[in-house]
Amino acid sequence: MRTVTFHIKRYDPARDAQGSTRVQSFEIPHGGQLTVLEGLFYIQEKLDASLAFRYCCRASICGSCAMYINGRYRLACQTNVLHLHTDEVRIEPLPHMPLVKDLVCDMTDFFAKYEYIRPWLIRSSEAPAKEILQSQADRHKLNMPIDCILCGCCYSSCPSVWSEEHYLGPHALLWAYRFEVDSRDEARKERLPMWDNERGVYRCHTITNCVEACPKELNPTEGIQWLKMAAVRRRLFGASK
Amino acid sequence: MPHHQLIVVGGGLAGLRAAVEAKAAGLDVAILSQVHPGRSHSGAAQGGINAALGNNPDGHDDTPEKHAFDTVKGSDYLADQAAAIQMTRDAPGVIFEMDHWGCPFSRYDDGRIAQRPFGGAGFPRTCYGADKTGHYLLHTLVQQAYQRQITMYVEVFVTGLVVDEGRCRGVVAYDMIHGGLEAFTADAVVMATGGAGRIYGNSTNAIISTGGGAAMAYLAGVPLKDMEFVQFHPTGLLTTNILMTEGCRGEGGYLLNDEGERFMARYAPKAMELAPRDITSRSITTEINEGRGIGGADYVHLDLRHLGAERILERLPGIRDLAIHFEGVDPIEEPIPIRPVQHYTMGGIDCDVDGRTRLPGLYAAGECACVSVHGANRLGGNSLLETIVFGRRAGMAVVSDLEGGAPSGDAASAGRAAVAALESRVRDLVARGADGADPYAIRAEMVATTRDYFGVFREDAVMRTGLEILRRLKDRCSLVGLRNGGGVFNLDLIRTLELEGMVDLALCVAEGALARTESRGSHARTDFPARDDEKWLVHTLAYHTPEGPRLEYGPVALGTFEPQERKY
Ligand SMILES: Cc1cc2nc3c(=O)[nH]c(=O)nc-3n(C[C@H](O)[C@H](O)[C@H](O)COP(=O)(O)OP(=O)(O)OC[C@H]3O[C@@H](n4cnc5c(N)ncnc54)[C@H](O)[C@@H]3O)c2cc1C
Repeated sequence: MRTVTFHIKRYDPARDAQGSTRVQSFEIPHGGQLTVLEGLFYIQEKLDASLAFRYCCRASICGSCAMYINGRYRLACQTNVLHLHTDEVRIEPLPHMPLVKDLVCDMTDFFAKYEYIRPWLIRSSEAPAKEILQSQADRHKLNMPIDCILCGCCYSSCPSVWSEEHYLGPHALLWAYRFEVDSRDEARKERLPMWDNERGVYRCHTITNCVEACPKELNPTEGIQWLKMAAVRRRLFGASK
Repeated sequence: MPHHQLIVVGGGLAGLRAAVEAKAAGLDVAILSQVHPGRSHSGAAQGGINAALGNNPDGHDDTPEKHAFDTVKGSDYLADQAAAIQMTRDAPGVIFEMDHWGCPFSRYDDGRIAQRPFGGAGFPRTCYGADKTGHYLLHTLVQQAYQRQITMYVEVFVTGLVVDEGRCRGVVAYDMIHGGLEAFTADAVVMATGGAGRIYGNSTNAIISTGGGAAMAYLAGVPLKDMEFVQFHPTGLLTTNILMTEGCRGEGGYLLNDEGERFMARYAPKAMELAPRDITSRSITTEINEGRGIGGADYVHLDLRHLGAERILERLPGIRDLAIHFEGVDPIEEPIPIRPVQHYTMGGIDCDVDGRTRLPGLYAAGECACVSVHGANRLGGNSLLETIVFGRRAGMAVVSDLEGGAPSGDAASAGRAAVAALESRVRDLVARGADGADPYAIRAEMVATTRDYFGVFREDAVMRTGLEILRRLKDRCSLVGLRNGGGVFNLDLIRTLELEGMVDLALCVAEGALARTESRGSHARTDFPARDDEKWLVHTLAYHTPEGPRLEYGPVALGTFEPQERKY
C-alpha cells in the first residue's frame, strides 16, 4: 500500500467567515489506482464525515466535481493521483467563487448568466413534420461548443470575470456561440444585443485562461472571437434573420 | 411551505420531459433534484436512442411494429406488448421534437438524422449524437425547462412522500444548500429519480443512482415490479466499471478472448457482437469462467483498432477519451479490457403507460419506473426512448387528471406531519452518533453481496447465502448513527438516509430472483436454465412489509407477438 496526502481547503459557514478558509490534511492509502474523487470519498467515509464536495457520474461528463488541484483546474473524477507525479495533493474549491461549504461553491450567478443568453433554439418558421435538415458540415460547426459540461472551470479561471461581476463569462458566451452557428436557429437579430455589449464579448481580452482550464479541451475564446467578428459583420452588412 | 400543482422529483430526461409537458399545458410545475438537472445521470448515456425513422440506407423497411417486435423479443417476452407498441409508435414524433428543440443529432449527407445498428435490433434504428447522445439530449431538455421558466429546486434531496387520505400530496426533503428539512406539497407528484445501479458494487451508473424514488414509493405501499431483472452490460471498463457503449460494437468493434477469437460466433452466430446484452454478457462470463479471459484473468478485449483512427475520432471520440483517461488505453492503438457490469434496472415502480401508480397522485417515469417495456432484458437505445416517451405521457396524464381541480384534503398539515417524522428520524441518527453502526460498512457489504451473489449467473444455494447477508444488513440499518450532525451539504446525512432504501431494493432483487425458478432474459439460473412460460410468464410484484418484501404475481399483456424461443 502506498499513501498520498490530500491537503484540502475547508470552509464551514457555521464556524468560518465567508472567505476565510483552513487547510486540513488527510492520508489516504491506495494500491496504485486512485482518483481524487475516490480519495475524497475515502475521507468522507472513514476519516471525516463532514467533508463536502459535489459528485455524480464519476466519468467526466456531468461537470459536478470541478476543483483546483495542484494548481490546475481539473475534474476530481478524471484526475488519477498517479498522473500528478507527487504524493502531496492540494485540493481547493474553484477559485474566485463564493463558497457553500468546503469544495462546494455557489454556482447561482454562473447558471443565471447561462440562462440569460437564452441557450435554447429559437425559430419562427413552422416546424417540419420530420427533422429540420442540417448538413453534416453545418452539424460539424456545433462539435466544439456542445461538449461543454458547465463545470465552471473556465468561469472560475477568467480574470475578466474576477474584475467585472456582470461579465457573462466564457461559458455563457460559448453557448451563445453554439446557437449562433446552429443552422436551425432563426434568432440572429434577437440574440445580438445579449452579447454585443460591454457585459458580453468585449470584456474578453483573449487571455485564454479558459482554454487552459477546460477539462474537456474546448476553446471558449475561439467562440467569443467568432462572435466579435459576427458583430462587426452585422453592423456593416446587417443581420440576415 | 412551498406548494406547486405538480412536483417532479428528478431532473433527468424523464423528469424534465414530464415537467415540460405539464408546464406547456399551463400547470405550475417544480422540479426537485439532488443535482443540477444538467448533471443528471442521463447525460452519461452514450450510444443513442431508438426510433423507426428508416433513415439508415439499410433501414428503409423499418416500422414501429418491427421495433416493438424486437423490443418484446429482446425482453424475453416479459414486456407488456401494448406498452412496447405504444412506445415505438410515439418514438419518431418525440425524436423529431427533440430535433426541433435543438438536439444536435449526428447527420447523414442529406441532412437527416443518422442511425446506427444496435444490439438485438432487426434494423439500424439508433439515432445518435456521436457517442454523447445522453449529454446532448439532456442539455436540450434542460434548456427547454429554462425557456419555459419551470421552477427548479436544485440540490434538494428528497427522502419520502407526503401521503394524505390515500393520496400522494408531496414530498419531504433535505435542502442541501440551506441545510433544512422541508415539505413541498403538490396536487400530483411524478417520480423520476432514475435507476438503482449503485445497489451493486460494479455498476456503470452514476454515484447518485441509488434508487431513492423507487424505495420511497415502495415504503408508501406501491409495489415494485420485476426487480430481479438487472441488466449487466457486456462492456464495462475493467478498473472503473465505466461504460464503453454498445455503439462500439454497432460501429463494428469485436469482442476477443485470450486466443484472439471472436467468440461470439459460438453463442450468436448471426448477430455476433450485436446480440442482446443478456446473451453477450453471459457469453463473456462463460469465456472468463472457462479460462479464456485475457491471460486467464477476468476480462476480455473490446477491439476497435480495425475501425481506424478516422472513424473512431468521428463516431466514438468520447469512448476514446474515457479509455485513455480511466484505463490508460488508446483504442486506436490497443484493445480495451472490459467485462460485464451492472448497468440498468429493468424493474421499478409499477405503473401503466401513462405513469399512473397504484397510489393516486403518484406517477412514475424513466428508469425508476416499470411500465413494462423492457421486461427481462432491455435493448440498448430503448431506455433513453422510454424516458422521453413516458415522461411526456406522465406529464399529459397529470394534466388530464387535474382537470377536475385540486384534490381535497389538507396537504399542508400532512406535510408538517411528514417533516416532523423526518426530523425525529434524523434526531435518532444524531443521538446514536459515531457509536451507532457504520453506514459505510453496511453499504460496502451490501454492494459486494449483490455483485457476488446476484450476478450474471444465479443459483439457489448461492442466492440463499446472499439473501441471509442482506437480511442481516437490513437489521443493522436501524442501528446506524450519523457522524456529522447538521449543517449544509451534509453528505453523511444524505448517504445515511438513502442507505436503508438501497438495502430494501437489494432485498427485492434477491427475493424475486430466488423465487423465480426459471431463466429469462437477464435472470439466468444455472439450476433452472430453461424459460418456463407455463409458470413464469408473469410480472413479479414486491410489496413492502416490516418483515421484508412480500411477492405477488401479475399477468403480462400479450396478444400481438406469440412467445418463441429467442435465437440471434
Ligand atoms: C453510462 C450509461 C450509458 C447509457 N447509455 C444509454 C444509451 O446509449 N441509450 C439508452 O437508451 N440508454 C442508455 N443508458 C440508460 C439511460 O441513460 C438511463 O436509463 C436514463 O438516462 C435514465 O433517465 P432518468 O431520467 O430516468 O434518470 P436520471 O437521468 O438518472 O435522473 C435522475 C434524477 O433524479 C434525481 N434524483 C435522484 N434521487 C433523488 C432524490 N432522492 N432527491 C432528489 N432528486 C433525486 C437526480 O438528481 C436526477 O436529476 C445508459 C446508462 C448509463 C449508466
